[in-house]
Amino acid sequence: MKKSVSINVNGVAHRNEVEPRLLLVHYLRDTLDLTGTHIGCETSICGACTVLIDGQSVKSCTIFAVQADGASITTIEGLARDGELHAVQEGFWERHGLQCGYCTPGMIISAAQLLERNPDPTRDEIRHGIEGNLCRCTGYQHIVEAVEYAARKMKTQAATGD
Amino acid sequence: MSNKYVGQRVKRTEDPRLIQGLGHYVDDIKLPDTLHVAFLRSMYAHARITGIDTSEAEHAPGVVAVYTGKDVAEKVGPVPCAGALPGLRVPDYRVLGKDKALFVGHPIAAVVATDRYSARDALDLIMVDYEELPPAVDVEEAAAAGPVIYEEYGDNISYKLTAGEGDIDAALASSDHRIRQRIVHQRLAPVAMEGRGVLARYYPGEKELTLWSSTQIPHLLRTQVAIMLGIPENKLRVITPEVGGGFGSKLNVYAEEAMLGWIAMQLGKPVKWIESRRENMQATIHGRGQVGYVEIGCKDDGTLTGLKYDVFADLGAYHQLLTPAIPTLTGLMLSGCYKIPAIQINVTGVFTNKMSTDAYRGAGRPEATYVVERALDLVAAELGLDPVEVRRRNFPAPEEFPFKTATGLFYDSGEYEGALTKALDMAGYDQLRKEQKEAREGGKIIGIGVSTYVEICALGPSQAMPAGGWESATVRIEPTGKVTVLTGASPHGQGQETSFAQIVADQLGVALEDVTVIHGDTSIVQYGIGTFGSRATAVGGTAVYIAVEKLKEKAGKIAAHLLRSDVSNVTFNEGRFSKQAARAAMAGEVPEPVVPAGQAPAGALPEPDTEGNHVSLQDIALAAHIARDLPEGMEPGLSATYFFEPKNFTFPFGTHIAVVEIDRETGDLKFLRYVAVDDCGKVINPMLVEGQIHGGIVQAMGQALFEEVVYDEQGQLVTGTLMDYALPRASTTPWLELDRTETPTPVNPLGVKGVGEAGTIGATPAVVGAVVDALSPFGVRHLDMPIRPETIWRIVNRQN
Repeated sequence: MKKSVSINVNGVAHRNEVEPRLLLVHYLRDTLDLTGTHIGCETSICGACTVLIDGQSVKSCTIFAVQADGASITTIEGLARDGELHAVQEGFWERHGLQCGYCTPGMIISAAQLLERNPDPTRDEIRHGIEGNLCRCTGYQHIVEAVEYAARKMKTQAATGD
Repeated sequence: MSNKYVGQRVKRTEDPRLIQGLGHYVDDIKLPDTLHVAFLRSMYAHARITGIDTSEAEHAPGVVAVYTGKDVAEKVGPVPCAGALPGLRVPDYRVLGKDKALFVGHPIAAVVATDRYSARDALDLIMVDYEELPPAVDVEEAAAAGPVIYEEYGDNISYKLTAGEGDIDAALASSDHRIRQRIVHQRLAPVAMEGRGVLARYYPGEKELTLWSSTQIPHLLRTQVAIMLGIPENKLRVITPEVGGGFGSKLNVYAEEAMLGWIAMQLGKPVKWIESRRENMQATIHGRGQVGYVEIGCKDDGTLTGLKYDVFADLGAYHQLLTPAIPTLTGLMLSGCYKIPAIQINVTGVFTNKMSTDAYRGAGRPEATYVVERALDLVAAELGLDPVEVRRRNFPAPEEFPFKTATGLFYDSGEYEGALTKALDMAGYDQLRKEQKEAREGGKIIGIGVSTYVEICALGPSQAMPAGGWESATVRIEPTGKVTVLTGASPHGQGQETSFAQIVADQLGVALEDVTVIHGDTSIVQYGIGTFGSRATAVGGTAVYIAVEKLKEKAGKIAAHLLRSDVSNVTFNEGRFSKQAARAAMAGEVPEPVVPAGQAPAGALPEPDTEGNHVSLQDIALAAHIARDLPEGMEPGLSATYFFEPKNFTFPFGTHIAVVEIDRETGDLKFLRYVAVDDCGKVINPMLVEGQIHGGIVQAMGQALFEEVVYDEQGQLVTGTLMDYALPRASTTPWLELDRTETPTPVNPLGVKGVGEAGTIGATPAVVGAVVDALSPFGVRHLDMPIRPETIWRIVNRQN
């Protein structure tokens, strides 16, 4: 008993027949071949699967594809615009905010959401904002510095009207 | 060698693909017609399997095949163990359990289906008759008596080992003080964010098997799986895709890797298995798992006389690759940073009905450092001395290096006092002690912990390694001048695509972007040992360095030939060779820019530029391949391979200082300061080094304060998901203040020691020491890890 879903992902409209129990993360990875969103657990703890659904960060392992019917999703592959990296992506590169890279897509999405809501976070606010994303490699410090970098860049861009 | 790149905070080459989600981890690799494998795993810790009925599963929707232990019994060889200790008992452990289930998570059947959901559904249809047996869970009980796992052995002992030098009994007997302490190193789960995963494809015509596996050791894996499957090693290709973390848990040869290869050969279709987190918690190796009794002797002035450590090692139900070897590494490092004339370790390796333990970041050395540092703190507490002073009194002096320990090692170089002083200054140690005194008077609970550590890494001399300790590199300069590096190292986050390129770019005077580092594919890269034991740069990087030096030597001969001069008359600088006379004339002139590699007129290779006085590396590379004008008898091409055999391990060291404050009402603690001064020798990329130390320290904090793999009395894994196994989060992790001293190691020409595990080794005792120090007014001298808020609260509120 497949159901039909219409989902916009990174600006592209998709229409697919899916099992009701198909997780959104599997829809993205296996049906749409967008493998940038990763799976790190099955209990909604690690955050590797974080995407934006209608602008809100959501753990895509904890939602069915059918629940995202009609929604507009942004995954890590859709964050850069016109070949230009998002400030958060650039910050991760500049400040060595990743080592193995597995938590990184979810971490970047969460950080981008954080900065959208709070453009000038303190270190504590950054740490709190990404506490739903586990990283085993970095110890989080360079990630915090990466987000600080991105915040500064986004403020500059906003100021100069970029 | 220029320093344009080495020593600089160069941004990583790996990052652009990873920050855009464009990397390929094993589950991202898609082959047409791939079937999916799910494993049925034992729900009992110890049971006889008296029957298994797969008929319903075989007919479930989407299912293509179901295999049990009987199907593979004669067909796939045992999971290998590389530990070779005298009298070691190695159980015959196969890829699927057949007659007995030995631990919760033990794979006993494999379902193959058209999609992962169907494979998972079919697991529930397999009927297994288990006859439950009492399990051996507690390691000390399992060693003494209790349910025996392998009847043919008669008991649960895998091995006993004694090591160390000096007359320990005499040393302890003649001490002014003898202090004993039971010490627990709880089991830990490595929890790489990416679990294990395997994709296997078999071409029946060519009889070629390809395995993509999230591994740290592609070549060793190839050799072992070929043996297990009974196929020629050179018909098996192992490809390491992007690997999402390892920490030692993927330094191994797992049942599932061979099983997937076998299934691919049976079905002639690609097959894939991706570990769930629950499987990862159950059936990926665990770390640590020691219960030990340390006894340390000292004189009245705190001078150490001897250290004895009797330890029960919780090995698990069978041996993975290095399971029995890990506790022996503990024995090696029991001297710590100190002069201890007599040392003895007595290891009892014990079978229990749990998953195997094996290498996890530090692999036996965190245990050693923890034991020694806790013992030093106990000495300090016993004698009423400052813990820093006790350590100082027992350091070897700089002129005593290379320093021979009573564990049989030669520490290469070390300035323990230098790192300690730097850390104390950074932390403002004397001021901290003053503040602590005042804070205590005000009713606050504050603790300071100091750890001075030395660790052994850059594994290592092949005499001491089970499967070779060298590392390989091939460096080629292509006809267009691009440089290709093939390394036997197998990075999984450490950044060698960048750091090795930094080394090579500086050696050759080329741009970083023109150096490509390739690893992980056994059909492309010459045999290598892999990445673990903080060895990639110290051993692998050295192989690269020496290969490049060999290349430069050949290039120099070609240059001299092209310049119609003598080799002794030609010098190399910034990517080109120049005649001496021309160089002398050039003094003071601005050197011409080197022609960027590969920039040729469309459709043509650049002509060698032989203006007479200079020739660039690109010209030489082209000349080497066109081979019309080479020195008499010289082989064409410009490629060099080197296998570097290190003559010793290296010994990074440092000092960590933790300052904690405890909340009286909740038992929670927070870090007021965390200072780390680490010496890993020469640093290729400070950003990468910091990242390794941060990551290691935070894992150590997890061990000290909340991580623990828990099996209950029935051998049930209680911490089976991330809801139950606590991991450090951004919001629970403090800011780390790092600094370095740099004592190059004489063991390799780069002077690099290795740093991947140092943080995990140095930090645990500092954190525990800080908590114990905070609670010392309550009469506490030792607490076992993990030190949870409840434990602290009970002590502070006198509710033990």
